[in-house]
Amino acid sequence: MHEWALAEAVVAAASQTAKRERLKEVSLLKVKMGELQQVDREVFETALTEILRLEKPPLRGARASLEIEKAAFRCRPCRREWKLESALRGKDREQTEAIHFLPEMIFVYVRCPGCSSPDFEIIQGRGVWLESLEGES
Amino acid sequence: MDPRPAIIGRRLEKIRRIIAVSGGKGGVGKSSVAAALAVVLQDLDYRVGLLDLDFYGPSAHVILGAGRRRPREEKGLVPVRVKGIEFLSIVHFAGNRPSPLRGPALTDALIEMLAVTRWGPLDFLIVDMPPGLGDSMLDAMRLLKKARYLVVTTPSRVALETVRKLVALLTEQKAHLLGFVENMRKPGDPPAADRLKPFRLRLLGELPYDPRLEKSLGSADGLGRTDFAKALKEIVLRATDFP
Repeated sequence: MHEWALAEAVVAAASQTAKRERLKEVSLLKVKMGELQQVDREVFETALTEILRLEKPPLRGARASLEIEKAAFRCRPCRREWKLESALRGKDREQTEAIHFLPEMIFVYVRCPGCSSPDFEIIQGRGVWLESLEGES
Repeated sequence: MDPRPAIIGRRLEKIRRIIAVSGGKGGVGKSSVAAALAVVLQDLDYRVGLLDLDFYGPSAHVILGAGRRRPREEKGLVPVRVKGIEFLSIVHFAGNRPSPLRGPALTDALIEMLAVTRWGPLDFLIVDMPPGLGDSMLDAMRLLKKARYLVVTTPSRVALETVRKLVALLTEQKAHLLGFVENMRKPGDPPAADRLKPFRLRLLGELPYDPRLEKSLGSADGLGRTDFAKALKEIVLRATDFP
């Protein structure tokens, strides 16, 4: 239920944005989630719906759409690129859980499949983003 | 936009005081001071948390004997308890493996931890700050707005040289500085007050070099019985703006 904490963060950010933009009513929150976060989509969406249901206006009852962005990595020394699925191959439950809780643990448990370097970058698919709000001002 | 920073203030709102134990330089005993401070305050019946922000060289878990338990997942992460102290460190996730994180990853990891961790109502959250004035220090100044800084130094001129820069930065940024503690003092060391006078920062007290500290590693109770912790307790009881 770490998903609940991330959903709360999304709603808190949406609330601040709605206030700043003086929105009277928000109908839709567009959210993008990196695959590396490995959230349970259903749990996250349920949490968002539940939190929004209990929010004060202008967010109360708003809907949320969720897009998952595939994660990809690029090695700095050898420039090889790879995806999350291959990065997690062979990892045990404790390691994948650590990455779920703290995605930067990918740098602890994963090495470049080409040259074994720990010096790689997450080129996409990390984090959670509030892409936009739809509503009326 | 990244929504996580928007929730951090709410995650920390049940914490009355945040004390960032800083020193600029490695090896001055920040982690020992931070862990002992948590033990001392808990012994004084305060509700205490300890957050180890040294992602490259975490050591508070070794000092307290935190074991390998993971934080509980309950609408976020609930810190583990060590002798009644709420405790969170990167070791819960990385174990004893190295964490080769570049700056942006370090920032992301810190934001994630602060955004999803549910601290209970606390009187004090003690933060074991990493050495240096880089990403972690800047992130802490940005995200832990309520933090008050306790600066740890030693009688060494080498330590003082780095501390000078830390104090200059914190003063420039109008951070709330609690004062100095001078750690690892040995008989015959010149008075700390003379050396620290140019800093115009309060000397809260001196902590002795205590060989029993090494032997107490792994036991919060043992740590509390050292002369080091007893001296720190005196400092806490004397300081007016700790509670």
